[in-house]
Amino acid sequence: MKLTSYVQDRQLTIALTGEIDHHSAREIMQTVSEKIDLYMPLRCILDFRDVRFMDSSGIAVVLHTLRRMNTLQGKLFLQNIPAQPYKVLRAAGIEKVTEIREECTK
Amino acid sequence: MRGENYMNLEFPSKSANEAFARAAVACFAAQLDPTLDELGDIKTAVSEAVTNCIVHAYPDTIGQIILKARILDGNVLDIVVKDRGRGIEDVEQARKPMFTTGGEERSGMGITIMESFMTEFRLSSVPGKGTTVHMKRKIIRRGGKK
Repeated sequence: MKLTSYVQDRQLTIALTGEIDHHSAREIMQTVSEKIDLYMPLRCILDFRDVRFMDSSGIAVVLHTLRRMNTLQGKLFLQNIPAQPYKVLRAAGIEKVTEIREECTK
Repeated sequence: MRGENYMNLEFPSKSANEAFARAAVACFAAQLDPTLDELGDIKTAVSEAVTNCIVHAYPDTIGQIILKARILDGNVLDIVVKDRGRGIEDVEQARKPMFTTGGEERSGMGITIMESFMTEFRLSSVPGKGTTVHMKRKIIRRGGKK
């Protein structure tokens, strides 16, 4: 899966797109892991602006990314989350383990 | 009064069908004039139920998934997702948030989400025979509708 990403000052922003379900989650996790391994960021931002649907598989994607960032002693941020994915993430209490924000500050 | 409407679908437990299943139920539910939020809840719950069949009921094979939806009196959408897979040994444990036998790729939140996003949720399972999820969602009637 192709995911657009942007790196600056060891901050990696990854734009998630489309529908995140069990069918797509494995590939997303793999791509995110590859990007983290490649850029070794201190901060990773998952941008949800173009996510049209997400079920609990998306929670696994976030937790997976969080574990990768924890091993690098980096931080994970989530931003621009539409209402439907936000409701799913909130059901899992994701806001307790990672920071959710609207816009990132460089 | 509206006559009862229903749909029945049957498809193999391939993960490509997750998107198809939730889209089909969303299209069927459209006649109840749901809000985007209500539709989002319904799609999420269907996606969780169908994913559970694919991941847990038929872990090593492709089996059959039956998806039924009905419109009940009172603007209620009634959904049944049924498999003939391996069933659940310990239903209480399966219902616990964050519990999963699905490994790192699963969050263990599927049943919790179905329970909290739908008005009613029932799960029955017979080990070796299969699992049935039965859920209902009341769609709030809004102004301008007779």
